[in-house]
Amino acid sequence: MADREYWRWSEVRQVLPGRDWKGAKAVTAGIDVGSVGSKAVVMLDGAIGSWAIMRTGFNSPDSAQQVLGRALEGTGLAASDIHYVVGTGYGRVNVPMAKKTVTEISCHARGANHIWGKSVRTILDVGGQDIKAIRVDEAGNVVSFLMNDKCAAGTGRGMEVIADLLAVPIDELGELSLKVDQDPAPVNCTCVVFAKSEAVALLRKGWSKEKVLAAYCAAMAVRMHSLLSRVGVEREFAVTGGQSRNSGIVTRLERTLGFPRLPAADVAAGLDPMLAGAIGAALYAKAFHEKAAKG
Amino acid sequence: MIAHYGYRDASGEYFVSIDAALCTGCAECVAACPRQAMEMTTILVGLDDKSVAAVRESSRKELRHVCGACDHRGGTPCQAACGPKAVGVTWKPL
Repeated sequence: MADREYWRWSEVRQVLPGRDWKGAKAVTAGIDVGSVGSKAVVMLDGAIGSWAIMRTGFNSPDSAQQVLGRALEGTGLAASDIHYVVGTGYGRVNVPMAKKTVTEISCHARGANHIWGKSVRTILDVGGQDIKAIRVDEAGNVVSFLMNDKCAAGTGRGMEVIADLLAVPIDELGELSLKVDQDPAPVNCTCVVFAKSEAVALLRKGWSKEKVLAAYCAAMAVRMHSLLSRVGVEREFAVTGGQSRNSGIVTRLERTLGFPRLPAADVAAGLDPMLAGAIGAALYAKAFHEKAAKG
Repeated sequence: MIAHYGYRDASGEYFVSIDAALCTGCAECVAACPRQAMEMTTILVGLDDKSVAAVRESSRKELRHVCGACDHRGGTPCQAACGPKAVGVTWKPL
């Protein structure tokens, strides 16, 4: 049965067509080394030129270098051609080529402002190991944030564990959880460790995979709602981070809030919610580069 | 910018909040905390760095116990030490 790694999500990259890689005045990059995923965005004069998303290895500096290398493949540029690199994320102190590091809170705020525009007021970042609720103003500056919750419950890492247990590919998990007639009661505990034993118990009781997933996703939505209520939810509302791809969680969160999140951005142009932190970092890199040039 | 550090769980609600706009970076709260739960950190204001108080990462998930050391009926030592009133504390065990 273990011949397939159900938890493994695909590593992706893109070089956008029609970009002038030689003529850009400011080539900047943002590298977001998360606990589970590493993201890099290369910008040409403030427009996304290429990007890459990979798994974070056990070595943060290597992950940073690799993901930037992936983003630069086929562009004709090397890391040394980039004028300014900003590092962010959980592993930001370990981004060797970064001239500066900026907290992921500031970068997500700025990135979400770039992806969805100035109407975004509340951002929920659901990452690999933690969840952050961020309130922003129309310029993408942070008004308030809730940085940390108690544990990795309800995060990407938890979903990986569940995907593995139920033998459901991680990118199909959310949709599958929505295939129930009625949502069961949320599981009691979203703790990554205990969730596994609770899920096993439910399966023994004869619950279908769909129903177990529904109960688990519902519990995560409840937890996210409780976190959001501390900073207050003001529309428009957007979800960033890897779990923005999990429709099972996000749809239930929308039901609880009573209104939808902002619709999926233009992913084909690199405006992927999972890249929000790296996009924000690349924009900060451009601003720092211009500030330094002015002296 | 207000930073909320802490959590709400089945045992209650525990938060320390720092208003970065009010914080002057004097570090008096860091010195006043009997559990050494605070530290100074650097944030961006516009494009400039600003040094402000924050809750130490190792304490963020243990505020029930860490802040349980102080008397919450009046102001806590960190709040009392803060001239501009930038520190807010919520400690509500059920």
